[in-house]
Amino acid sequence: MATPLLELSNVSKSFAGSDALKDISLEVEPGQVLCLLGDNGAGKSTLIKILSGVHRPTGGEVRVSGTPVNFGSPKDASVLGIATVHQFGGSFPLMTVERSFFVGREPTKGWGVFRIFDKKTAAAISVSAVQRLGITRITRGDQIVGSLSGGERQALVIARAVHFGAKVLILDEPTAALGVKEATHVLRIIMQARAAGVAVVFVTHNVLHAMTVGDRFAVLIHGRKVDDFRKGERSRAEITDLMAGGEAMAELESELAQYELDAGESR
Amino acid sequence: MQTRLNVASTGVRTSPKLVAQPATVHEPRQTFRRLSRRSEMGALVGAVVVFVFFAVLGGSKFLSVGGFAGWTNVAAELGVVAVPVGLLMIAGELDLSVGSVIAASSMTLAIASGYWQLPYPVGILLALAVGAIVGLINGIITTRTNVPSFVVTLGTQFGMAGLTLGLSRALTGSTNVSVTPDPVSKSIVGTLIAGQFETSILWCIGLALLVGWVLHVSPWGNWIFAIGGDKESARAADIPVARTKVVLFVCSGLGAALVGVIQTSLYNGAQTAIGQSFVFNSIIAVVIGGVLLTGGYGSVIGVILGTITFAVVTQGIYYTGWSSDWGSLILGILLLVAVLLNNTFRRLALATKRQRSVGSRKDRNGNATTRTE
Ligand SMILES: Nc1ncnc2c1ncn2[C@@H]1O[C@H](COP(=O)(O)OP(=O)(O)O)[C@@H](O)[C@H]1O
Ligand SMILES: [Mg+2]
Repeated sequence: MATPLLELSNVSKSFAGSDALKDISLEVEPGQVLCLLGDNGAGKSTLIKILSGVHRPTGGEVRVSGTPVNFGSPKDASVLGIATVHQFGGSFPLMTVERSFFVGREPTKGWGVFRIFDKKTAAAISVSAVQRLGITRITRGDQIVGSLSGGERQALVIARAVHFGAKVLILDEPTAALGVKEATHVLRIIMQARAAGVAVVFVTHNVLHAMTVGDRFAVLIHGRKVDDFRKGERSRAEITDLMAGGEAMAELESELAQYELDAGESR
Repeated sequence: MQTRLNVASTGVRTSPKLVAQPATVHEPRQTFRRLSRRSEMGALVGAVVVFVFFAVLGGSKFLSVGGFAGWTNVAAELGVVAVPVGLLMIAGELDLSVGSVIAASSMTLAIASGYWQLPYPVGILLALAVGAIVGLINGIITTRTNVPSFVVTLGTQFGMAGLTLGLSRALTGSTNVSVTPDPVSKSIVGTLIAGQFETSILWCIGLALLVGWVLHVSPWGNWIFAIGGDKESARAADIPVARTKVVLFVCSGLGAALVGVIQTSLYNGAQTAIGQSFVFNSIIAVVIGGVLLTGGYGSVIGVILGTITFAVVTQGIYYTGWSSDWGSLILGILLLVAVLLNNTFRRLALATKRQRSVGSRKDRNGNATTRTE
């Protein structure tokens, strides 16, 4: 078996004494989609902040291509080809497409301190990169990001990550705020990245979205990994049950049964 | 040199060559859209309206060379402070300490070169150093702690006022020190050209060109917009957020110190009480100029237009024969109208594409307020 591109073993993270993550072990291979499932507050965002160099783990080890790494900053992670699209983040609503696409990596013309931002190149590259992901409504680099739809903005930040050579693409709830059609488009883009050999970590609490694109799955509850399985090994109902910690769904079902019973009696 | 020409414009439109169908179909509508999308549109409207207003009411006196000099001098001094303050605000931070920096740098120059008789250029360097140091302190505290710059700079504003007053009295026994600039220094920073135009006009123009270049043409401008737009995303994109902000705070301190130097040289002396009006005046100019108070949006030409608007109102009032008391009322109203106009133009800018797509009205509004999800 090939060495996983990204590997976590027994990673823990505590904030001021309380455990946000405990003993998490995971691995992702090139051309695979790993879905991280879990309810709100399960620790998904915390986990990917460790992978992207925002937080340091308080225990355990992160390995990239088999080599242990210790990220001191997001830059350390991005140098190794790990690109992260954080929840709610990554695009700058009041900037133009061409400027937002190249934030921190501006193409320049000229020399030394007289370098200028190369708008023409920025526009050409950013527009063609998003168009390649099937977003045909973005035709000009000077469009303002805030005028794009949620799905188009996700596409923009994903296109950016792919353009800058991401080997691992981490997406934190990219479909959460989107309508059905838009979400479908983002899922298609994830499949495109997968087909290009990128390892994708897809964070979501939508079981259907996860099952559509995932190869491997991990379920987090209160900072612990409660299950870990491959495509086809669990049914949708089983996963939903798992995420809710089993109890919540069972409770709801018994309550519903009680309602139906009551309704039957009063009739 | 071509870059110099572009300085004033925010979004120099790239040629639509790479697009299959260039946007020549609805030419007037497209042009209007592109114009209305620019952050300085509100300021342009404001400046034109107040200018016409006072030209009509103030008549030939307002339009005379003397009238012109009156408001350009005020605008120039304010601009030297407002342009770097605006740059800082685009990066998402406020600087309320500029008033005390003006006072402190003026007193530094007057005490160093007037009371202690050091060479005048040495006094200027010391005065600028005071501004840079206050900026450095503001920047370091703001970026190291999570205290908002509003509070940090309010603290340094009061702290520096006290320090200036206390030290001046302790060192010279007075709050009012005179100084005689050497002729060369005076001609560079504090003299009247043609008997009525301050040299600060040239400083202001030079500064606006420099800052305009940094913000709109150089790659660093992109960092400043990104930091103000979304600090976390900017950090995730490997931008040195803290360092950039510290530099911008230092620039703001330097701008204020330069005004201190200009005023001291112009009036051959300094008092501990000068400069305080610049705190609010610079914010008014910047906000009228279309800079978003929360950062991420604005332009240098907008700040300059906001500065001109401010100066035209405060000076124009003298030519109307009305009591100057009404000036503040006009400014207050103007500030509110400008902010509303700017919000409208910004919403237009964000909505340009959505108009043609179906539905998702909620999304558009959500986007307009940056990130509220
Ligand atoms: N910076 C932080 N400081 C303290 N606690 C945090 C921090 N970030 C996250 N947490 C806590 O860690 C837990 C997991 O949060 P998060 O990773 O955001 O969950 P998810 O993304 O799965 O909804 C939550 O209880 C949250 O309050
Ligand atoms: Mg989250």
